[in-house]
Amino acid sequence: MLRGKFKKTETIPAGEDFPESTFPAGGMPDTGRETGKNRSRKEVPDGLFRKCDACRKILYEEDIRENWYCCPECGKNFRIDPWTRIHMLTDKDSFEEWDPDLTGDDPLSFPGYEEKLRDMRGKTGLTEAVVTGQALIRGSRTALGVMSPDFIMGSMGTAVGEKITRMVERATAERLPVILFCCSGGARMQEGIFSLMQMAKTSQALKRHDEAGLLYVPVLTDPTTGGVTASFAMLGDVILAEPGALIGFAGARVIRQTIGQKLPEGFQSAEFLQKHGFVDRIVRREQMRTTLGVLLQSCACR
Amino acid sequence: MEQKMEQNRTAWDRVQTAREEKRPHASDYIAKIFDGFMELRGDRLFGDDRAVIGGIAGIGKRYVTVIGQQKGRSAKENRHRNFGMMKPEGYRKALRLMKQADKFGRPVILFIDTPGAFCGVDAEERGQGEAIARNLFEMAGLRVPVLAIVIGEGGSGGALALGVANEVWMLENSIYSVLSPEGFAAILWKDGKRAAEAAEVMKITADELCEAGIVEKVIPEPEAADREHMDELAGYMKQEILSFLGRYDRMTSEEILNQRYERFRRMAVPGSV
Ligand SMILES: [Zn+2]
Repeated sequence: MLRGKFKKTETIPAGEDFPESTFPAGGMPDTGRETGKNRSRKEVPDGLFRKCDACRKILYEEDIRENWYCCPECGKNFRIDPWTRIHMLTDKDSFEEWDPDLTGDDPLSFPGYEEKLRDMRGKTGLTEAVVTGQALIRGSRTALGVMSPDFIMGSMGTAVGEKITRMVERATAERLPVILFCCSGGARMQEGIFSLMQMAKTSQALKRHDEAGLLYVPVLTDPTTGGVTASFAMLGDVILAEPGALIGFAGARVIRQTIGQKLPEGFQSAEFLQKHGFVDRIVRREQMRTTLGVLLQSCACR
Repeated sequence: MEQKMEQNRTAWDRVQTAREEKRPHASDYIAKIFDGFMELRGDRLFGDDRAVIGGIAGIGKRYVTVIGQQKGRSAKENRHRNFGMMKPEGYRKALRLMKQADKFGRPVILFIDTPGAFCGVDAEERGQGEAIARNLFEMAGLRVPVLAIVIGEGGSGGALALGVANEVWMLENSIYSVLSPEGFAAILWKDGKRAAEAAEVMKITADELCEAGIVEKVIPEPEAADREHMDELAGYMKQEILSFLGRYDRMTSEEILNQRYERFRRMAVPGSV
């Protein structure tokens, strides 16, 4: 059974770099779609054009969509909403959402917070900053969580911590791997210490998942910072990242104030993290599905 | 009279007290509470972070592992101790010592006193996030009883990385928060000067956190803790620590693990739309 998977492996290129996976695209049957085209459930409503915030070029929305929501000119990975991500990654109609209605509370009775939550729900169509569930990726069943960059900056409050914890606990019980697309400004300040505790809660659930011998792959997308970096984002068996993603613990502004000088070029980028040994692979969006597929298969041998 | 005055203190008053220079530091508690302490140093990977001290200590005819975030008093001492702000090598040293405690069956006592994890280029390069995350993850697997005591500032993830314990206690005038009140006000109100106001809404005092189920016990400070007059306080803490150890002696490692897991598992306020 393994023979078929390795047969088409390309020869190893000279040098030390393996920017692309040399695993064949084959293996398990791929029932998903082949390009990023039309993968978004919600069509982009605002106009035909968008300006790239990296290279400043004016781009067609349709070109962006067809290019996996990356800039066709400079390759910048634009931020995407959880459902677009899920549709890009998972086998057709295979995603089943878990705890869709779970929400947090307002534990500090923080002025304006409940309003803000209502507003966010209206704007994003999401109940909270993470969508969790299970899906097939290239035929392999996995628990899958995807954080939203748009919902209060993907910040982790009690609901996000609870949804992720429940996902991990259920995955442990059902012996499923966990893939988690991280994207977060850190702890949800409006929930104070209660959001801080989610770091411990999610990490300890991952500890039990790990002890059960199951695979966990966090994928770090732009931006992954603060309390998320200091908890589940860094606890993978394999850690993947998207090109150019901002990844770090402390905010650049805080560090600049601390050291009183300019920060090095590329500081806290995915590439920086990889150079310092904290990211296994930087994966382009069109390669993500294949990469995850290989990881899921390769870790299902026991 | 004294008691009453204490009770009327605002959260912001307590922030000031928690940061006072005369307040005892980890080394003061270690010297007063334990019958001997042998420091063990280094993370075996990079260096020895002086913002945290740890080692083997004696209490009630038994050995425990003690680890504490260590602030300094003079400017020179604070440079040496980095104001109690740990770098990745500090968290990794603490984890090494906790795993050692686990291996030899020694309970772990932690003293938390930090404005937060250090924010700097070198800390990021060596994986500050990973180091904190690893502690949260591995502490969840310690089979020995773990007690954390917040003695001054419990600043954010930098404090939590030593806080995945079976019980967390706070001194009456200590604070434990997601971020400093100054930082909180700067982020949410774009005005760091509203720190005092932030302190009142953040739920950062020992009493508030005990009521909210985030900590188990408040250690009373009839007078604000002072390293020159701390014998009574240390004596009380010693008795409480001994009683903690006695309680957990009766538990199996399985029960200890599960109790710690459930402690943090409860910390959610789930609702539904
Ligand atoms: Zn561009």
